[in-house]
Amino acid sequence: MPATELLLDITLGVLLLILAGAALHGTRLYTGIISFIAFGLLLALVWARLGAPDLALAEAAIGAGLTGVLLLSALGRHADEPAQPGSAVRTLATLLLGVLVLILLLRAVLPLAQGPQPLPALVNSQLEASGVSHPVTAVLLNFRAWDTLLELLVLLLAVLGVRQLQPAGRPRPGVWPLLQAWSRILAPLSVIIGGYLLWRGSHAPGGAFQAGALLAAGVVMLRLAGLLPLLRWENGLLRLLVLVGVALFLTVAAAGAWFGAGWLNYPAHWSGALIVLIEVAATLSIAASLSLLVVGERQELGR
Amino acid sequence: MLGWLSNAALALGAFFFIAGTLGLLRFPDVYSRLHAVTKADTLGLGLVVLGLCLRAPSWRAVVMMLLVWLLVMASSTTACQLLARYQRERDQAEGGDQDARH
Repeated sequence: MPATELLLDITLGVLLLILAGAALHGTRLYTGIISFIAFGLLLALVWARLGAPDLALAEAAIGAGLTGVLLLSALGRHADEPAQPGSAVRTLATLLLGVLVLILLLRAVLPLAQGPQPLPALVNSQLEASGVSHPVTAVLLNFRAWDTLLELLVLLLAVLGVRQLQPAGRPRPGVWPLLQAWSRILAPLSVIIGGYLLWRGSHAPGGAFQAGALLAAGVVMLRLAGLLPLLRWENGLLRLLVLVGVALFLTVAAAGAWFGAGWLNYPAHWSGALIVLIEVAATLSIAASLSLLVVGERQELGR
Repeated sequence: MLGWLSNAALALGAFFFIAGTLGLLRFPDVYSRLHAVTKADTLGLGLVVLGLCLRAPSWRAVVMMLLVWLLVMASSTTACQLLARYQRERDQAEGGDQDARH
């Protein structure tokens, strides 16, 4: 590896550690959140450097973008920041937890350093049968579809949980014409890029979560600019959108279990079409759920 | 020749980025910070894109980089306007409070 690349990688790594420290130990919550967003963007760069564009896209769209917005809107709902007295017990607990997590992560990472792993070859040898040509999509939606199904369920549970809690609304800043004009330009772009990522997911990096996050970003922006009506939970279409991903995934899985080879075991010649169908439904559900999580207010999530 | 031009554009772009970041860190108020960071970054990114375009392997890459530049330029300009307007409204609100107190 040339010296300049090594220098870049070391700089990225050190910056990542500094930002992580700033995010965890910042004196103000606001500083912590901004550090966390910067951390996410830098982490996306690191994934790209490691040759994992799927993870880089997901990290930038969801880790940095949507999680950052969620944290900021949560902070906006609490007018006064709670004071954070540092105590010795808390520091000790943090250290203990940190060491435990480090040990767990090292157990997962250390084997990677010992040379090539058997899994990539295994995935590539079965790629033909999966129905898609991109190995990451094949793993996510075919070989380990359980994981993706459970992820969608977690998202659904999060939306339901937020709805139960009914967070208090907060005053929004006035809507400016410039913001409206700009979101009119950006919203179609988010649809185009989201659709492109979804379509690309079957043969190259991209996929439902990234596409859903981009669509949600467009919806959130239009909503903040006052160009969309309230996203009401009573709206049947919205509820359908939130549920369609999990519902379709479960239907396919159950149909496979009853009529076919087994739970989440797609019939061979349909697997490509089924995966695309599930991805489209999942994208719509993810977009609707994430939009509700970010801009959902009492009137929108309430009864 | 093309390589030298590209290097010069890249170096100049990096210079503007550093100057803008310095302004962001050192300038006293929100407006001059915004001015420094958005103007310098727009120019810096433009120069970096120009430098990379001169080295680009295909027209496709050139067009894509130019599109990225346009999008970033438009979004940073808009973000700058919005931030500055928010700050001005806050300043006016605080000024109003002080007038009321005196």
